[in-house]
Amino acid sequence: MSETSNAGPALLDVRDVSKAFGAVEVLRSVSLQVERGEVVTVIGPSGSGKTTLLRCVNFLESYDSGSIRIDGKEVGYLSAGTRQRRGERDLAAMRAETGMVFQSFNLFPHLTAAGNIMLGLTKVRGKSQAEARQAAEHWLGRVGLAHKADSLPAELSGGQQQRVGIARAVAMEPKILLLDEITSALDPELVGEVLAVVRSLAEDGMTMLMVTHEMAFARDASSRIVFMADGGVSAVGPPKEILAAETSNDRLRTFLARFRASHF
Amino acid sequence: MVGQILYALPFLAQGFALTLWVSLLVVVLSLIAGVTLGVGLVYGPAPLRWAVRIFSDTIRGIPILVLMFFVYYGLPAIGLHLPSFWAAVLALTLFKTAQVIEYLRGAVASIPKGQSEAAMAIGLTFRQRLTYVIFPQAFRRFLPPWINGVTDAVKGSALVSLLGITDLMQAINQVIGRTYEAMPLYILGALIYFAVNYALSLASRRLERRFSFIRE
Repeated sequence: MSETSNAGPALLDVRDVSKAFGAVEVLRSVSLQVERGEVVTVIGPSGSGKTTLLRCVNFLESYDSGSIRIDGKEVGYLSAGTRQRRGERDLAAMRAETGMVFQSFNLFPHLTAAGNIMLGLTKVRGKSQAEARQAAEHWLGRVGLAHKADSLPAELSGGQQQRVGIARAVAMEPKILLLDEITSALDPELVGEVLAVVRSLAEDGMTMLMVTHEMAFARDASSRIVFMADGGVSAVGPPKEILAAETSNDRLRTFLARFRASHF
Repeated sequence: MVGQILYALPFLAQGFALTLWVSLLVVVLSLIAGVTLGVGLVYGPAPLRWAVRIFSDTIRGIPILVLMFFVYYGLPAIGLHLPSFWAAVLALTLFKTAQVIEYLRGAVASIPKGQSEAAMAIGLTFRQRLTYVIFPQAFRRFLPPWINGVTDAVKGSALVSLLGITDLMQAINQVIGRTYEAMPLYILGALIYFAVNYALSLASRRLERRFSFIRE
């Protein structure tokens, strides 16, 4: 699997992944590599397959063909060739290696902020209650919510809930963090506090793949930007190159023009 | 009159004990079977889902009394002879199981899909997702209809008297047969059934309050 012999193996290696919902092709032969410590942002019009791609990486969605490897290990199948699905325990163990933060937070409403973080640490990572509590407090501190450890999600603002969501994901010490439009459900004045947390994680070297509509954030925080259109990767490159107004890619130019028109 | 009733009290108490025993068996067995089949209905492979769906719809479409007579008088035709007590328990359990399946399905369906996905994303297995994420949240929705169902089971257990089993209802009828004091004895019976069910609904309200912290 090393046709690109000059580069080392990428942490996340997506190759020729295709997926259709019935007659609709949502992913068309998508390939994408994310290196260790890289922050890669996926942008594109809605319906372009961004979120589906992200959900394939931790196998919340299956895909029809192609291969997704994390750290050299095929994610959802025993091998890309046989396409035999991994067993339940095996899949769960693979998913624990990726963290995911959701647009709608998806915190567990019956558990406190600390409890949300501790669940995976105790049940998946096998930590004791005391160790898990300590880790939960550490990560809540990192996202600025040390004082909210014993609050239920319903008692937190949207921005605070999403920061707990991030803490829950990173506390598992995943190899890669997947962020799915994590600020889209937030009031504008709460977006900043969440993005600040993401930025600080990036500075600490966390590998991230994110889907976002926050162009300014994508420009500042990403090492590379992937532009998707109609289920395929239409352009990849450093932010400056991709977000340049004079790009030769027609679809990208249209997308950016429309985006600027609607946001400024 | 009072003397006759007092004299009959130990007999009535035996009947009452049997009523409680039948109710308890039915409630516990139907809870186990209903939750198991309900999980099968929500998460199982298609053939299992169809089988559970057909079972539930069929059973719920038949009056309990018909079900009970079918089990007691009908099954011997295919060589299955059950003592009247177990025939009654089986029939009531089948009926209650079908209800529990529907309560469980409704309660689980009310939990947003994102909860399962978030639980998957942190690496919980199917069993762990149910145990730590889905069931604790679904429980609050499951509880009120289920407790209603439990009181129905206590009341419905009076039907076993029709198979000649001496439960509270049958005991009352027999005492009336001896004493001809119908009114006081039926009132006494009603009060006993009411007391049990009122205690149950009080307990249920307390439980619901305990779990009310789970907001939508």
